[in-house]
Amino acid sequence: MTKFSLLDHESVPKHEIMPEGELKSVLSKYSIEKEQLPKIKVQDPVIKEIGAVIGDVVKITRKSQTAGEADYFRLVIE
Amino acid sequence: MANVPPIPKRISSIKFGLMSPKEIRKMSATPIITADTYDDDGFPIDMGLMDTKLGVIDPGLRCKTCSGRAGECPGHFGHIELVAPVVHVGFNKIIRKLLRASCRKCSRILLDPTQKQHSLEQLTALQEIGHMPDDLINDIYKEASKVKTCPYCNEEQLEIKFEKPSEYLEDGEKLTPTEIRDRFENIPDEDIKVIGMDPKNARPEWMILTVLPVPPVTVRPSITLESGQRSEDDLTHKLVDIIRINQRFQENREAGAPQLIIEDLWELLQYHVTTFFDNSVSGIPPARHRSGRPLKTLSQRLKGKEGRFRGSLSGKRVNFSARTVISPDPNLSINEVGVPMPIARILTIPAVVTPRNIEQLKVYVRNGEDIHPGANYVFRPDGRRIKVTQVNKDDLAEKLEFGWVVERQLKDGDTVLFNRQPSLHKMSIMAHSVKVLPNKTFRLNPAVCPPYNADFDGDEMNMHALQTEESRAEAKILMQVQENILSPRFGGPIIGGIHDHISGLFLLTRFENRISAHDAFDILRKSKARVLPEPAGYEAGKPYWTGKQIFSQILPKGLDIEFPAQVCSHCDVCKKEECPNDAYVVIRKGELLMGTIDEAAIGAFKGKIQDRIIKQISSEAGSLFIDDMTKLAIRAIMRTGLSFGIADEDIPKEARIQIDDELRKAEEEVQKLIQSYQNKELEPLPGRTLDETIEMSIMQKLGKARDRTGNIADSHMGLENSAVIMARSGARGSILNLTQMAACVGQQAVRGERIRRGYAGRTLPHFEAGDLGSDAHGFVKASYKSGLNPTEYFFHAIGGREGLVDTAVRTSQSGYLQRRLVNALQDLEVQYDLTVRDTRGVLVQFKYGEDGINPTKNDFSKPETIHRIVRTVVNREVAL
Repeated sequence: MTKFSLLDHESVPKHEIMPEGELKSVLSKYSIEKEQLPKIKVQDPVIKEIGAVIGDVVKITRKSQTAGEADYFRLVIE
Repeated sequence: MANVPPIPKRISSIKFGLMSPKEIRKMSATPIITADTYDDDGFPIDMGLMDTKLGVIDPGLRCKTCSGRAGECPGHFGHIELVAPVVHVGFNKIIRKLLRASCRKCSRILLDPTQKQHSLEQLTALQEIGHMPDDLINDIYKEASKVKTCPYCNEEQLEIKFEKPSEYLEDGEKLTPTEIRDRFENIPDEDIKVIGMDPKNARPEWMILTVLPVPPVTVRPSITLESGQRSEDDLTHKLVDIIRINQRFQENREAGAPQLIIEDLWELLQYHVTTFFDNSVSGIPPARHRSGRPLKTLSQRLKGKEGRFRGSLSGKRVNFSARTVISPDPNLSINEVGVPMPIARILTIPAVVTPRNIEQLKVYVRNGEDIHPGANYVFRPDGRRIKVTQVNKDDLAEKLEFGWVVERQLKDGDTVLFNRQPSLHKMSIMAHSVKVLPNKTFRLNPAVCPPYNADFDGDEMNMHALQTEESRAEAKILMQVQENILSPRFGGPIIGGIHDHISGLFLLTRFENRISAHDAFDILRKSKARVLPEPAGYEAGKPYWTGKQIFSQILPKGLDIEFPAQVCSHCDVCKKEECPNDAYVVIRKGELLMGTIDEAAIGAFKGKIQDRIIKQISSEAGSLFIDDMTKLAIRAIMRTGLSFGIADEDIPKEARIQIDDELRKAEEEVQKLIQSYQNKELEPLPGRTLDETIEMSIMQKLGKARDRTGNIADSHMGLENSAVIMARSGARGSILNLTQMAACVGQQAVRGERIRRGYAGRTLPHFEAGDLGSDAHGFVKASYKSGLNPTEYFFHAIGGREGLVDTAVRTSQSGYLQRRLVNALQDLEVQYDLTVRDTRGVLVQFKYGEDGINPTKNDFSKPETIHRIVRTVVNREVAL
């Protein structure tokens, strides 16, 4: 059986691990700590797919009905 | 914002535990030993249930523990030493699990050391991440109860059976609470940790009571009846029972009574202690009052709708509120509410006496409570409350000084909150200004019915008189009806014309209505318009005006808008201004140039005109327009009148023939389908069985046939029929309703399928088994006017019943769904940086709605505002 990438599915939005610098600017933009970001579990299939580890922040670029495209950030936990 | 703590104090953790007998005795103010409450002089007996060491409730007495008076003393616990231990009902589940999981001889948890170590690690891991350990603990219990022989002392484990209400049987032998307690006492601390308990705060033997805490008297106050007789609280009654049995038990035991009697008394003590905690335990009869009423004991006080949580903490009865039936009054503004005089005389608003209002307040006080804008109470600066009476009113008015507070009666212009349950959205509570009116109902403008979802078939509503200047200001700015015309749900108006308003303006503005000066002024009488524009023309030398001109008089001057009306037939290419049906509304500079006003223009939920006025001018202009519009519409509809009778459902003979023809053809087609199905010639639809396919095709055929009959009836009734006017303009009803009345009721369905239930193979005995025809499965050929035949009537009742059941089930289900959503989301808040965060500051959404836009200030996500600005600047349509 051919292996497919989860991210190729049309309803899975783009997930990517955020580089340290970009993360810092996001945190300072909202003046928050990393723990105040929404969370996502490491067991989540998409997290496994992109190989993020606990403590990483993933940037999710979603299609939005209202804004066209919206960024979302989630902290990988557990 | 960084150095200001968001909440003064934050609860970091809450510790729950069991109370040890030692702790109970330590907090106890006195042991309770006598079941008597008061002596012959009416004084509380020492070491009785009403001992003054437990707190006081009678004025005049002082608490012996804290020396506080009634009201100051919070009350203190006492205790009863139980002669023999009894089980606490609330812990039966855990006791049972623990008995099964521990050794009957050495009391150790029946797991080997490695398993225990592993479980402990998992528990600490869960605790660290702050998860509930419930599932894990259940697994540990399950694992331990599977063990047959103790890994420590090799004792064989026997089966433990629990029997309601609180009996434990080990291999058929009854375990006494003393035995259970002994076993639990011997469980070592390390083992207790394994089953998720903290031995410092909750030793398992504490689940078996040896000492019973006695709640303070303030928890169970006695009331003195008018006859001077004291009536004790249910809890006190229950405690009396416990003490009596406890004493008898002791006497019998000391006297060396037979084992049988001791066991009976023990059981009785268990029963009383059980019902003291919970009087609704299954398996035992509830303890009853002398009158036969079940006692309300501890658990009953907390549980359920009227319990402490839902009844006293989450929701309470409030002062300064009123409730009565509502009725309509189109002469009120949408911002007003008509308050009955008897209510206005009782509800009050506090007013501080100042140099500016002292004369006015003196008048109110002099009026007393009987003459309307009066005053009911006066507060002196020292806090004394004085009732204004016939006798002292003049005296009080004279004494009035700056700094006093007068509780004056509600009068015109006061801001109050008005509410109708269920309060499902923010528009269920809005601020209105008071208009005191005679009679006994609240009056409101029928245009504000949609946000409250109110009608006048007996609905009642609540009103709250705001008591502080701040609350009134806040209500007026945020909650007034005019500020809530646009709903944040979809960004459009939720308040607008309904029923008669829509038909009225539809009748007024359609066609070339020629209206004389007399009639024009009559229609406009309730509006501000006092001058008519240039007449549209002259007829027999007299000037006349069109309905469109009259409607234009209430439009704000600068309004520019165009849109297709509700009556628009959605042609493939819209001819816009050239619309043959006059269904394209054009308003320029506040003048209705063409088009017919209907639901799309002024209706609640749909009205484009209110929407534009509020977004372009102000909410005040919006409310003024709705006030004028409703009054104008009602006068307009009264000019022509609009009535509907059974004769309006009449259709000409040809139409009836056409309809019958249509139905016959449909039936033939259905027969043909059945024929091909029986000959196995029918092709199944993709993903459907043959049976499903034939059902679907029949439903489709019959549905189309019904629609065609509807069209026939519709085309014969014409636009002058009042039902057609109401349906087309969107005022009330639909073309489907008309079809059912005049042409054909159509297929009756249960769960979206034709009716199949009833007898084996047939729906009713009137049909042959296996008949797939339209008649046999609930197709109603008749119209409501012509009347249904008996089988049709029966099918119609079946379909109708489903509708009723559906609505009943749906409301409760969606209500609970909404409750869960609201509870989960109620603390989320949009911050100034447009992020959505919870109370901990954790982000939920990085930008509200992902675009940061407030839906009520948005033109349905279309760049309408920009178009409008460009249009006004360059004075022509520009394609952007």
